Amino acid sequence: MQWGSVSEFVAMGGYGLYVWTSFGVTAFGMLWEVFAVRRRHAAAREGARTSLQDQ
Amino acid sequence: MMGLTRINWFKYSSPQAFYPLAGRLMPWCAAAAILLIGVGLYLGFFVAPTDFQQGQSYRIIFVHVPAAWMSMFLDVVMAIWAGLGLGLNARPSFMMAQAIAPTGALFTFLALVTGAMWGKPTWGAWWVWDARLTSELILLFLYGGVMLLRTSIDDTRRADRASAVFALVGVVNVPIIYFSVRWWNTLHQGASVSMTAAPKMAATMLTAMLVMTLGFWMYSLAVTLARMRCVILERERQASWGTHPSHHDALEVP
Amino acid sequence: MNQHGMLAALREIIRRDLLLALRRRSDVLTTVLFFILVGSLFPLGVGPEPAILRTIAPGVLWVAALLSCLLSLGRLFAADYLDGVLEQMLLIPQPLSLLVIGKVTAHWLISGLPVVLLSPLLGLQFGLTGEALGVLTLSLLLGTPTLSFIGAIGAALTLGVRGSNVLIALLVLPLFIPVLIFGAGAVSSSASGIGAGAHLSLLGAGLLLALALAPWATATSLRIALE
Repeated sequence: MQWGSVSEFVAMGGYGLYVWTSFGVTAFGMLWEVFAVRRRHAAAREGARTSLQDQ
Repeated sequence: MMGLTRINWFKYSSPQAFYPLAGRLMPWCAAAAILLIGVGLYLGFFVAPTDFQQGQSYRIIFVHVPAAWMSMFLDVVMAIWAGLGLGLNARPSFMMAQAIAPTGALFTFLALVTGAMWGKPTWGAWWVWDARLTSELILLFLYGGVMLLRTSIDDTRRADRASAVFALVGVVNVPIIYFSVRWWNTLHQGASVSMTAAPKMAATMLTAMLVMTLGFWMYSLAVTLARMRCVILERERQASWGTHPSHHDALEVP
Repeated sequence: MNQHGMLAALREIIRRDLLLALRRRSDVLTTVLFFILVGSLFPLGVGPEPAILRTIAPGVLWVAALLSCLLSLGRLFAADYLDGVLEQMLLIPQPLSLLVIGKVTAHWLISGLPVVLLSPLLGLQFGLTGEALGVLTLSLLLGTPTLSFIGAIGAALTLGVRGSNVLIALLVLPLFIPVLIFGAGAVSSSASGIGAGAHLSLLGAGLLLALALAPWATATSLRIALE
């Protein structure tokens, strides 16, 4: 462990804004993509079910 | 591994068979991704030391470099599937290319954003027109064009083939742009700051970066497989509106 | 497919497109006017200081030429597509790539050549002199056909697609970038005394590459669009 305290960790030697924005945007982007694909899959399943019923 | 004989391969190349296969593979890839990214983050924040020159800001490379590598890797893979689709006239190949594009675009965007975040504290500029960043930007337009072509063209077959041609043209163009901009930079001495100058990498830094890259790779695989399943269902639905005999029996819709 | 037949077909396509363009003079004028307009807007935006204008001239004039080409691409196949003539072209014995070369050549004669001929005048407006002016004209002479050939791929891919104008721009501008870099680079190298030889050679090589690869890619794209 090289961080003296939690606040040191958050501050990142003064670069906290840049580091955490980077990791935050990355995490947000990837999680959003997962969420979007799941939503798309649910819609696609619904669509497939509907067309099955149509037949 | 030797069980994957040629016969099995053709069996899985039909969308009906691929759907459950993708469904079984995906959770493993997702689990691997979570594990690798977790380990990578730990290594990056708690094992890799502070950099001599860049202080703590260098840690951004643990997301920036993997994102950039994935953006380029996915572009090449997408182009390969596009080429296979055009060459073999194989619908599943086009579908794979379709499934990859959004993830490639996301990583390109993330590479650009994290690149700017790294550049500002380290070199004082949000953006420089160096070869790597400029080609990354063009790559974003490439992914955008591939996806926009697909949504603008109603006929699925034409959309497949048009975006495949564009993907192939684009994958050739990006290296050309990279080298043109490098040439251009050597002439116009102004932009001599290279934002590609990563710090001298201690072994732990390199390890963390590689682990994160592998994690992003597993993530891409998981998301692409999941999206592929969506594409399969969507196209099945479109097909059912035509006069195709119903083959839904083979498709488990859970 | 004899040589004589192919050459005759090529001549015929070029002749036909030129005649059509002559009847609709607006096509030529649109491109030319646009080039002049864009070239004139920049000094108005940037200020009349000669040193600055001379510095930005290569880039501005090249971007203006590039945008003019982009503007004209929509017209490349559209008329023949709507008439059904394009589908006919798929059926004749001559290779489609050859017909593409013909159409692109005619397109360049209508849209690209006027820009090349006008460029010295605009260059003078920006304070370029002597060798730099010559290099500007030469770079555009080598570069604008390349732009037309590359642009044809985008025009073929987006044939008949709604919103195709924006789509063409998105598809084709990234492909234009290397030509822009070496074209404008040639002029600024010449102006700063380094010499434009390397850039012009690369432009020439680019033209040959485009001539070799683009017609085939365009023909493939046309077949995709028309089947």
